[in-house]
Amino acid sequence: MTLHLSIMLWLPAAFGLLGALLPGKLPARVGVLGSLLALAYGITYVVDFDSGKATLQYVTDEDWIKALGIHYKLGLDGLNLFLVLLTTLLWFGATLWANLRDWDHPRTFFLWLGIAETAVLGALLAQDLALFVVFFDLMLVPFFFITVGWGGPDRVRAVTKLVIYTLVGSLLMLTAAVATGVLSAQGSGDPINFTFTALQEMGLSEGSQKWIFLFFAAAFLVKMPAFPLHGWLPDGYSAMPLPALALFSGVLSKVAAYGFLRVSLPLFPDAAADFQDLMLIIAVLTIFYGSAMAFTQTNARLILGYSSIAQLGFITLGIFAIEGVGAQGAILQSVNHGLVTLPAMFIVALLAARAGGSEDIRDMGGIAFKAPVLAVFFVITTFALLAMPGSSNFVGEFLILLGVFKAKMAIAIIASIGVVMASVYALRLFIRAMHNRVGVDVESRDLRFADALVLIPVVLLIVAFGLYPQFALEKSQKTAAVAIAPAREVLGPVSGNYGLEEAKAAEEQPAAQQPAAQPTIPGAVYVDPQTGQQVDPGTAGAIAIDPQTGQPVQQSGATNEVTP
Amino acid sequence: MTPLLAAAKIDGPEIDWAGLSPLIALIGGSILALLLGLFRARPVREFLVPFVALAAIGTALGLTIWQWDETKDLVAGAMRLDHLTLALTGIFCVAGIATVLLSWRHVAPRESAHGEYYALLLASLAGMVLLVGATDLVALFIGLELLSIPLYVLCATEMRREGSLESGLKYLIIGSVGSATLLFGSAFLYGAAGSTGFADIVKALGDQDIRDSALLLTGVGLLVVGLAFKASVAPFHMWTPDVYEGAPTPVTAFMAVATKAAAIGITIRLFDVALLPVSDIWQPALAILAAITIVVGNVGALGQSSLKRMLAYSGVAQAGYLLAGIVAATRGGVEATVFYLAAYTVMNLAAFAVITAQQGLRPDGDDLGAYRGLGVERPLLAWPLTLAMLGLAGFPLTAGFIGKFALIQASVEGGYTWLGVFIVIGSMISLGYYLKVVATMWMTESPEPAAPAPAGINPGTPPVLAGGSPEADAQGLRWEVACVAVVFGALTLAIGVYPQPLFELASDAAGAIAGLLS
Repeated sequence: MTLHLSIMLWLPAAFGLLGALLPGKLPARVGVLGSLLALAYGITYVVDFDSGKATLQYVTDEDWIKALGIHYKLGLDGLNLFLVLLTTLLWFGATLWANLRDWDHPRTFFLWLGIAETAVLGALLAQDLALFVVFFDLMLVPFFFITVGWGGPDRVRAVTKLVIYTLVGSLLMLTAAVATGVLSAQGSGDPINFTFTALQEMGLSEGSQKWIFLFFAAAFLVKMPAFPLHGWLPDGYSAMPLPALALFSGVLSKVAAYGFLRVSLPLFPDAAADFQDLMLIIAVLTIFYGSAMAFTQTNARLILGYSSIAQLGFITLGIFAIEGVGAQGAILQSVNHGLVTLPAMFIVALLAARAGGSEDIRDMGGIAFKAPVLAVFFVITTFALLAMPGSSNFVGEFLILLGVFKAKMAIAIIASIGVVMASVYALRLFIRAMHNRVGVDVESRDLRFADALVLIPVVLLIVAFGLYPQFALEKSQKTAAVAIAPAREVLGPVSGNYGLEEAKAAEEQPAAQQPAAQPTIPGAVYVDPQTGQQVDPGTAGAIAIDPQTGQPVQQSGATNEVTP
Repeated sequence: MTPLLAAAKIDGPEIDWAGLSPLIALIGGSILALLLGLFRARPVREFLVPFVALAAIGTALGLTIWQWDETKDLVAGAMRLDHLTLALTGIFCVAGIATVLLSWRHVAPRESAHGEYYALLLASLAGMVLLVGATDLVALFIGLELLSIPLYVLCATEMRREGSLESGLKYLIIGSVGSATLLFGSAFLYGAAGSTGFADIVKALGDQDIRDSALLLTGVGLLVVGLAFKASVAPFHMWTPDVYEGAPTPVTAFMAVATKAAAIGITIRLFDVALLPVSDIWQPALAILAAITIVVGNVGALGQSSLKRMLAYSGVAQAGYLLAGIVAATRGGVEATVFYLAAYTVMNLAAFAVITAQQGLRPDGDDLGAYRGLGVERPLLAWPLTLAMLGLAGFPLTAGFIGKFALIQASVEGGYTWLGVFIVIGSMISLGYYLKVVATMWMTESPEPAAPAPAGINPGTPPVLAGGSPEADAQGLRWEVACVAVVFGALTLAIGVYPQPLFELASDAAGAIAGLLS
């Protein structure tokens, strides 16, 4: 198996295309095979990944459009490694799930599913801003067609809303991306180059950073979605076919969160620092709004939809703590939430099948009595969703809150209420569906073998991940620290050290970039050239001054030494 | 010869036949097609004439490629052969070939006589080549008229349909107003600069007095308006939807693509070469026009149910995007404009080919409702139209995305970031109508059984002349039309994935415009 990222990237689309040429049930099978192979690649990368390095691995870098300075550059690091694994895993699960029923025009359906996986992987792997934008926008196309072709009754309105919301965001992002490339190049005098590394080196003025940051934030917040840009969610979630919805909610929203870590924080550190409070407040509002909506909804998939809003609020919170632990928590929580979403959506489908086709929890109830195995897996999923201690979600939320505590104590205290709210809506969903009075149309039965095949492995994975989250943490530690370092540098060091190694790693990074402090000259006073205030002799950039004459002194020889 | 006569003989300018060869091939083909059309035998008229037209355009394309690395002045500086001329000639030829294929076995040439139809088409193409090569105001005007007059006639070639006649008349009146304005503007410019040659105008504009003169300002203003009529730039676009809707679809395709390319091409040469010294006069004007055009075109397209009208408004909006590249007045700007022109050509030809095919299948083939369920019924037509719509909307991995990316980049580089934002706002609005078409094709199942309808009589449009019969006009899916659709649909995707070769071409074309910043 050659470890080349392009192979993994294009494999699902290629298999989708191959399936489109085959008759009968074969397209569905070929689709599963394609996603399985991609998953195999994903696992191989995780195993093979060298967690000791903070730099990109398995890099592919070719000129794509020379005239515009766009590169075809792919790479893996701690930020995207586990999201790539999550993507391949969930896609395999969802494609398998899609195999359980017959679709009209299966060839086109599985073609779009394959293209969608390629688009998402592309957005995660891209190490060039323009390429990232291309794949980020491309993600929408397959979901547009899937919803249009196989969606629920009100799909026209839903899909129009979804597309307009997300593409408005995406187009703003396109402008911002072009501006980033051009303005960076104009500022530094280099030719235009859109690769992340080049952009980061060139840097942008703080004024440009601000509006560009906001444009990017709009695109990401719509995709997540976050309050108040979530208007498309109720319609969109109701209209999408469930396997696609599991992917949309489980993976695509995470790509947006990942975008903050990959693009916004490293490239626009000044703006990120300036808007930290704004973003944290949006995150907290999102948590509360999502939670409140989740425990007032009666449609099971909307409960999950709004819970996903709340979870993404947490993830945003972790990112904009601009703190090593918080960023790591955000990555971990992205993976956790993705892992929970697929089985949760799958269970909604199973519940609907037992409740006469209705996804309304008022029509459910009492399903557990005749379906004990299903109930067990549902309860595990529910516990993971509400971040029970012992689940990996608990670790994720804990790290996020820890990060925010260090950065902004008050916000962390408010946000921790959200953890409690999660248990309310998650348990409400479980109790209303599985216990209570038996619903009128409910005909309960336990899991079929085929259903179990999809559900059980994923739930077991949740358990395994809960027992050993360290696995993901140690691989993402270094890169997470590097990603937030520029913005952290702007903000200054965090107020207290809570004794976590990750935090130290995060703080060492900016220190290493500063010039080494000069040896002190005995008898001289050190001042900051900007402020004129006296500072400690070790401070970088400080000038030594003779206290008698007020003149700066050199440290080159004994002759310059100040006489007491 | 008496000495007197010899003395009176004017030395004609030296003619570089090789440089003029694409133009000569087109004019020669035009004359040949006209003569062959006089034969009575049906095969000659129905097969040989289109073939001659195709051969003439193919020859012109071949000669263009042969002349590719030449850069020279032709006909005493009235025309210039350079990469820009040649690249645009290439676009015209591609559009011309597609138009001939779409027209072959179409109703329009049958009703108007084949010879005339193809002769006019080729003459119009020749006018375009002349126009984009013009480096003199007189040559510019001759080219413009040679382009326009055949088109007025071509619009009216479906003589039994009222809409077609109306379209021709409307185009004639408004087109003439545009031409007159342009001519007036040329006169003022000549008055100010004292010369009609672009090179001399540039020299004259070095003088501060001339730059400040009211004559110049008026001239530039009228030129902008005249070209805006041709390129259908708002607010001079009113004719576009009606004319596009009424004209026979192959002619609409030709107008939408080639005429726009020609108008934009001469705009590049006139403003970015001849009037570059006074860029502070026209840059803000063109920038504002571009912004208005983008908004008007996109908003206008929103409510349309006729696909041709929708594409007409979308064409207006695209003209605005293209102007943005010219406004930047940088090498990158011209490069982006030429690239986007090529992308626009490819995407629009795919869309119009599908409309032509659909109109051959059913009488209401221009109506959005006719596309319901096309995705299931005729994927061969639905896919190209899907790609064209996504491309025009600027989805990634299509030619349109890369083109818009380049245009926005050029705007930002040229200091017109707000115009880049307008391009983006326009694209947002445009999603409203492009995606409606895509959704219609793929969403709803066709209400009728999927029979290739040998369509019934369309009650809405009775034939104007006796002898018209929709039954006789209805045809099955013509393979050459499907071919054009598939080829250009595939190209939309191919350019989006691998744009490098086209960029190199555009870069050469932009390199021909000397004197631009960076």
